[in-house]
Amino acid sequence: MIEGWVFMFSALIALVSALAMVVSKHAVHAALYLVATQIALAVLFLLQGAFFIAALQVIVYAGAIMVLFVFVIMLLGVDQKEALLEPLEFQRPLAIGLGLVLIAEALYLGTYDLARGLAARADVRPLAGEGNVESIARILFTRWAFPFEVTSVLLVVAVVGVMVLARRRA
Amino acid sequence: MIPDTWYLVLSALLFTIGAVGVLIRRNVIVMFMCIELMLNAVNLSFVTFDRMLGGVDGQISVFFVLVVAAAEVVVGLAIIVGIFRRRASADADQMSMLKW
Repeated sequence: MIEGWVFMFSALIALVSALAMVVSKHAVHAALYLVATQIALAVLFLLQGAFFIAALQVIVYAGAIMVLFVFVIMLLGVDQKEALLEPLEFQRPLAIGLGLVLIAEALYLGTYDLARGLAARADVRPLAGEGNVESIARILFTRWAFPFEVTSVLLVVAVVGVMVLARRRA
Repeated sequence: MIPDTWYLVLSALLFTIGAVGVLIRRNVIVMFMCIELMLNAVNLSFVTFDRMLGGVDGQISVFFVLVVAAAEVVVGLAIIVGIFRRRASADADQMSMLKW
């Protein structure tokens, strides 16, 4: 019962903040609404027992990534006005129409009984009496160990690339 | 117990809001935030499918999505800062030329 209320409350916050992010005029407001959406999603992860992912969501997404966004907004100046005049006048109605088509497709797939038949195929299961973090660690460092190491290469490439891009040519 | 379908419907709604946001906004930073919203919506459906199937693989996929998103945000924001230095504008309509 209380689980249903928590779900409703978090889902409402996530949806309203996401809509507010899309329509807000200032970039800083948009960033704030995105943080609200992400924290609501972290609550939904907790509700589904994904404790590790919920912690990562708060620390990495709502923490590190959004701080970077706000930092860049402040660096570029917060008084950037968005041009209200749309050069292609058919683009906005077309975008909303295509969005409605997308949501119809996604709702059809989401409510379709897709995953039920796959239930027997989840071959990587948590062991009995094992917590969420323990089972993720066991599988990440055994079956997914090589992709995990490759992500470190990706992060190094990203750091070097950013230093090359953002360097001032003096 | 909440039906799995509700989570999937919420994920679909959030993904669509993000996609429409990318299409209708002109400010590149807000467009970038909409992409992050789409990634978050997909993460929610990963975790939901994981719970439906009783496994942990989906949560590991979410972990990799987080790592790739972090790298993508860093590089993307550096590109935005680089464009802003040359154009003094964060408007997507201004970026109509590859070079000049």
